[in-house]
Amino acid sequence: MAASPDFVTGDSVVRGGIAGPPADPHVTGEAAVHSSEAGTSVVERPRPRRSSWRWLIGAILPVALLVLWWAASHLGWVAAFKLPSPEAVIQAAIDLAQRGVLWEYIGISLQRVLLGFAIGAIVGLALGAIVGLSRLADGFLAPTIGAARAVPSLAWVPLLILYLGFGEDSKVTLVAIGALFPVYTTVAGALRHVDPHLVELGRAYGLHGVRLLTTVQLPAVIPAIISGLRLALAQAWLFLVAAELLGSTMGLGFLLIESQNNGRIDRLFLAILVLAVLGKATDALVGVLERQLLKRWG
Amino acid sequence: MTLLETTSAPALPVSLSGVARRFPSPDGGERVVLREIDLSIRAGEIVALLGPSGCGKSTLLRLISGLDTADGGELTIAGTPVAAVDQRCAVAFQEPRLLPWRTIERNVEIGLPRGTEKSAGRDRVSELLRLVQLDHASGLRPRQVSGGMAQRASLARALARNPGVLLLDEPFGALDALTRITMQDLLLEVHAVEPATIVLVTHDVDEALQLADRIVLLGTDGDTAGATIRRVLEVGNRRPRDRGDARLAALRAELLDLLGVESHHPEDYITQAIKAQRSKRENP
Repeated sequence: MAASPDFVTGDSVVRGGIAGPPADPHVTGEAAVHSSEAGTSVVERPRPRRSSWRWLIGAILPVALLVLWWAASHLGWVAAFKLPSPEAVIQAAIDLAQRGVLWEYIGISLQRVLLGFAIGAIVGLALGAIVGLSRLADGFLAPTIGAARAVPSLAWVPLLILYLGFGEDSKVTLVAIGALFPVYTTVAGALRHVDPHLVELGRAYGLHGVRLLTTVQLPAVIPAIISGLRLALAQAWLFLVAAELLGSTMGLGFLLIESQNNGRIDRLFLAILVLAVLGKATDALVGVLERQLLKRWG
Repeated sequence: MTLLETTSAPALPVSLSGVARRFPSPDGGERVVLREIDLSIRAGEIVALLGPSGCGKSTLLRLISGLDTADGGELTIAGTPVAAVDQRCAVAFQEPRLLPWRTIERNVEIGLPRGTEKSAGRDRVSELLRLVQLDHASGLRPRQVSGGMAQRASLARALARNPGVLLLDEPFGALDALTRITMQDLLLEVHAVEPATIVLVTHDVDEALQLADRIVLLGTDGDTAGATIRRVLEVGNRRPRDRGDARLAALRAELLDLLGVESHHPEDYITQAIKAQRSKRENP
């Protein structure tokens, strides 16, 4: 055997970068797509693990803000009716929890967000796939979907309440609308730009339709899908609060509007803090999903 | 080299007659890329398509594979017309085109014909990885391997099809000179074991001389638009070939002359070589 088996070192730079001029007219322009692969190095750099010092660094600012808050409320820098003390907020939390209201509100808000997010993400993924893969569907659907996306979120509320009433349906639908568009936009865009070389390769090896989609196109856009999901989740929380502010009898948005009406600034702060914690927690869940998916497909 | 346990499909002959291909040009008209291509390739033969950049070599290869359709003429493999994306062919492109999220092994798996039984498929893939000397790298991702290794994976994937016709589009064009020579030797070893007909596009005269039984020179003829076959040179199937062989040197000089490249041999040497070669062909 003449060939030496190991080329690992040294010639990694060759790939992609020196692709040479495209030999045929219809290939022109595709060469540039491939060169994006060129810079990758053979040696995998070990990624620094999320170690304890990163947690420490991340905790510095919240702790500092807490101290500042405490000082501002106790030393009289800000009037008490504008800024409750941290203890007052904790007291409000304990009070609402003992009455069972806090968990109920958190539960119903989470349910609305997750349900709406799931529906919106699935519909967005499906629409994005159709528009991103078919030029016909792109021409047919994209302008209409673009116009629907341009409608400000709150403009849907009166219509949804009229059609679906004040119940859960209208709220979940509004959240779903909020979650739909980020997923649709990122997925359709990414599918349109899957490396044409890889798609042609799939075709050359007998893949088409659903098998081409699941073997080549979907895995290629996994990173885009994940960033779409993250945006969609943030939008879902945004639309949830909009829905609950405008007509509900429970939920964190209701707690906000009710506290504002009653002048309960401590509960107002509590609602905002709970929204921050829940938003971050659900985003972290998507982060876990992202790491799993990228380990498999990245 | 041990013989493979799995039997490969037999090599198939390819025949082209009067094949033409035109592309629409930006000004609304048509541009003739290929015209009147007549070529008959024997089963198991290695044919190199040689020509200057942009002369339509890759287009011709895509026509044979069924990735593209001709505007005229007839293309057949083993007597039956080439289908759209003909599954009797397997293509390896100039770029390895490996799916970055799959391991080398799972990339080669894509080549397996549809409906291959799972365990048989696994055996076949590991056998091919051994053949292209990638068995140690089967679990690596494409970005973790070198250009030469990626190109060997691409070759193994094409072989996994059990192709009757193996189409290689400048497969070693993006590799460095040394890796390219090693890969050429490897391809010949593979061909000895896997008996497919090989059609190879290249712009490298030495590569064509080293690998091919016959070299088909494509190019434009005078003022007529579109490339056609300008010359078919018989190299023979004697192997291994001495890279410094005098007969190959003469063929090389002739090819470079036909391609319009100055070979920088002393004037009398090149003239003699070409004359000797021509007279030998004309009066055998």
